[in-house]
Amino acid sequence: MTEIKIVADILKANDAIAEANARRFAQENVRVLNFISSPGAGKTTLLERTLEHFADAPRIGVIEGDVATSRDAERIQALGAPVVQINTRGGCHLDANMVARALDELPLAELDAVFIENVGNLVCPVGYKLGEDAVVAVLSIAEGEDKPVKYPALFRRAAVMVLNKLDLLPHCDVDPNAIVRDARAINPTLDVVRTSCRTGEGLDDWYAWLERRLAPKE
Amino acid sequence: MHELSIARQLLDIVAEAATQHELKRVRRLRVVVGALGNVVPEALEFAFDVAGEGTVAAGAELEIVEVPVTVRCNACGAESRLEDFAFLCPACGSLDVTVLKGNELYLDSIEGEENNGTGPTDD
Repeated sequence: MTEIKIVADILKANDAIAEANARRFAQENVRVLNFISSPGAGKTTLLERTLEHFADAPRIGVIEGDVATSRDAERIQALGAPVVQINTRGGCHLDANMVARALDELPLAELDAVFIENVGNLVCPVGYKLGEDAVVAVLSIAEGEDKPVKYPALFRRAAVMVLNKLDLLPHCDVDPNAIVRDARAINPTLDVVRTSCRTGEGLDDWYAWLERRLAPKE
Repeated sequence: MHELSIARQLLDIVAEAATQHELKRVRRLRVVVGALGNVVPEALEFAFDVAGEGTVAAGAELEIVEVPVTVRCNACGAESRLEDFAFLCPACGSLDVTVLKGNELYLDSIEGEENNGTGPTDD
């Protein structure tokens, strides 16, 4: 037996579909954000507040990724936004092909942006590009201050970290500044927004970050 | 457990390579995994064994080469291996570093028996 050199990227099939998704988004002039967090960090609530704030413009569509149920999609639909639910049936992440199929159900021509809410998981979604412009890492302070150092790949890939549930600070032995310091050691260009979706604290900073990212169509 | 999904994609690539190089069985393969790849070698081995059943690579020996994170400092030019995930230059402390290694996730090589019958068989 002789060794045969191959050198083939294992995720090349996913990456190729992600690039096709990205081209489709660019053609339609749609900005795309991929929201990654652990379960319960507040992704869906953050999306709800955001859709309420930007009720008229920019026009935002949502892809909801969950292992099971359409509960999140129902919450988004109640706000009048176009939404597609993907159930991964046990799968721990969204991949580019799932998103490609979901796109057929979104009115892309009428949208300025698509928000993809990934399956709640700090590990697996990070390796799968979906064709997004940027990754948004959502971290609630109640998860503990060691999360950036324990899950560095997400914070390395993210463009912004939304540090959520600040209203819980009095109940948690957590220093938010330590979280930000550790996350920036992993990714010096990481933007940071501190929010509480419950009290509304810091949401204006989040909306300002989004406005810089999501210029409406002509 | 996205290792199962990675194992399936790996097996697709292995099958394609085996056909291309006219192998009837794949006995060994080497996969390179970077420390930033979020892949647990033990989980990938297990997933590969399970997903590989009935394929050209059933029972093949999977060698996983782990690659630590290496960065080049854009300030002082030093190339360093990072022992933890603080992305700063160990030589001068600059945060302006470029990752050279650590993002790998690829099939490096395969070994197997050719269709014309060379190499050991268990048939």
